Amino acid sequence: MPFIPHTRADTDAMLKAIGVGAIDDLFAEIPAELKLQALEGIPGAIGESEVGRLMRRRAARDEMELNFLGAGAYEHHIPAAVWELTTRGEFYSAYTPYQAEASQGTLQVIYEYQTMMASLTGLEVSNASHYDGACALAEAVLMAVRCNRKSRSGRVLVPRALHPHYRAVLATITSTQGIELVDLPYDPAGGQTDTGALADHAGEDITAVVISQPNVFGVLEPADEMTDWAEDNGALAVAAVNPMALGLLKPPGEWGREGAAIACGEGQPLGVPLSSGGPYFGFLTCRQALVRQLPGRLVGRTVDVDGKPGFTLALQAREQHIRRSRATSNICTNQGLMVTAATIYMSLIGPVGLRRVAALCHARTAALAAGAQAIDGVSVAFASPRFHEVVLRLPAPAQEVLGRLRAQGILGGVDLGGWYPELGDAVLVCATETRTAQDINHYVEALRSAIGAIGDGA
Amino acid sequence: MSDIPENLKYTKDHEWIAETGDGTAVVGITDHAQEALGDLVFVELPEMHRDVASGDVCAVVESVKAASDVYSPISGNVAEVNVALDDAPERVNEDPYGEGWLFRLTPSSPMELEELLDADAYGRVLAEMDD
Repeated sequence: MPFIPHTRADTDAMLKAIGVGAIDDLFAEIPAELKLQALEGIPGAIGESEVGRLMRRRAARDEMELNFLGAGAYEHHIPAAVWELTTRGEFYSAYTPYQAEASQGTLQVIYEYQTMMASLTGLEVSNASHYDGACALAEAVLMAVRCNRKSRSGRVLVPRALHPHYRAVLATITSTQGIELVDLPYDPAGGQTDTGALADHAGEDITAVVISQPNVFGVLEPADEMTDWAEDNGALAVAAVNPMALGLLKPPGEWGREGAAIACGEGQPLGVPLSSGGPYFGFLTCRQALVRQLPGRLVGRTVDVDGKPGFTLALQAREQHIRRSRATSNICTNQGLMVTAATIYMSLIGPVGLRRVAALCHARTAALAAGAQAIDGVSVAFASPRFHEVVLRLPAPAQEVLGRLRAQGILGGVDLGGWYPELGDAVLVCATETRTAQDINHYVEALRSAIGAIGDGA
Repeated sequence: MSDIPENLKYTKDHEWIAETGDGTAVVGITDHAQEALGDLVFVELPEMHRDVASGDVCAVVESVKAASDVYSPISGNVAEVNVALDDAPERVNEDPYGEGWLFRLTPSSPMELEELLDADAYGRVLAEMDD
């Protein structure tokens, strides 16, 4: 059976019934210059066995290397039970079924997930998730602009030290919405957002302030101070956080005097494997008072006609199947399967486990930084408290060093030169709980010999 | 047949407006509108002192089955909002022309009131919808 089950005859019959000559006529109102004529860069079709061989060849390249990459996606240990349970037939579906009469199990999982995320971020409500962290941040900013009705400007302060991918997605999604993104520089010595630059905006009409914790350099931001500044200046504080870091750090709902209004982030560290960039999931939580502007699915607990507890979608009037073009978002779907994995992951490791994993990540990266710093010419770029990533300044071209490490089976870090040329030869390195003391020694020795070899002209 | 008081002005979008004699005008939704929406669960009101133009979205009424925008019938400045609806949105269902009022405006062009529908004209709008 073909994927699209309409035969030519079916299509012709339907067009005839509505008096339209061709399918393209239905889209005549779209200007021709906006229509894509051909899919550039997409190769032609190939057969199933050929695809199978290609994917096996690519899969064989995975997990060969010792991974020290972070920058938004992190390798953590995932207990075997997580995906054993997640891939059971009761959960494993390409689509999230929401019908209360048929999907109590799925709805309960989402409800438990929402409860866990609200608790982890210290806020009252969580939605059922978004596509990824950057998408969740864009939705959080759009939401903040809708919620802050005292502000007229639509100006949002965005740290330069927010992950550049998040900045790019945010810019794309807000560009046609009358929202102005204003950069907040980072302190070149400490790597944290410059609160002096924040103070320069005092008295202006600022709608929201994005606070990334930790920031892209792994450095901890002055979240309390930034949150209080937002409150004092009539702006809403939007937190973009690594959920694993919340095992150790204060949740956004407790930042400053009043807490951040909205929190979001990438949920991948919670039980979702690295997988060529996805699927991952974004989370979004907020204060109860803002719930009607929260986009996405929301599951609530209720009782049925017999008084038995049950679960169902709640507050659907926010969503596009009811509110059409004035819905809170044009995205009403969630990442049900990833959320199922995250819920099982969190329930297996619990709050104490999360704290231990986060503490181990922090300790492993501290050990790596200490080892690397002992290499002649290598320094830590920012002398500030950090979570589980560190920026190393190298005495040799970053690309060349990383190339030599890769040749030894080590993914040695992310070259920051493209995003932050002012940092010179700098790499962002991450060691999670999965990197042993031996791995870290191996990395430090490989780094030392790579730099030495380049210095010797070898 | 829904209730259409004679002394009010109406829009075809089912808002009503009444001059109060103190220089302001009260706005709400009609009996027909509340009936069509069903039990209201939430009312989002405009900000105080906001300038609105006739036809601007000023409020949202949300029921268990739909959320609808409420448009300002005339231009003006928001002088008061019915905060009692925060805790008791059902007042709009129970008493749409009384305790269920939404907001009060200080009109900026009072002549706009003359252009709105009277009870008879609004009654004809409802009758045509039934056809």
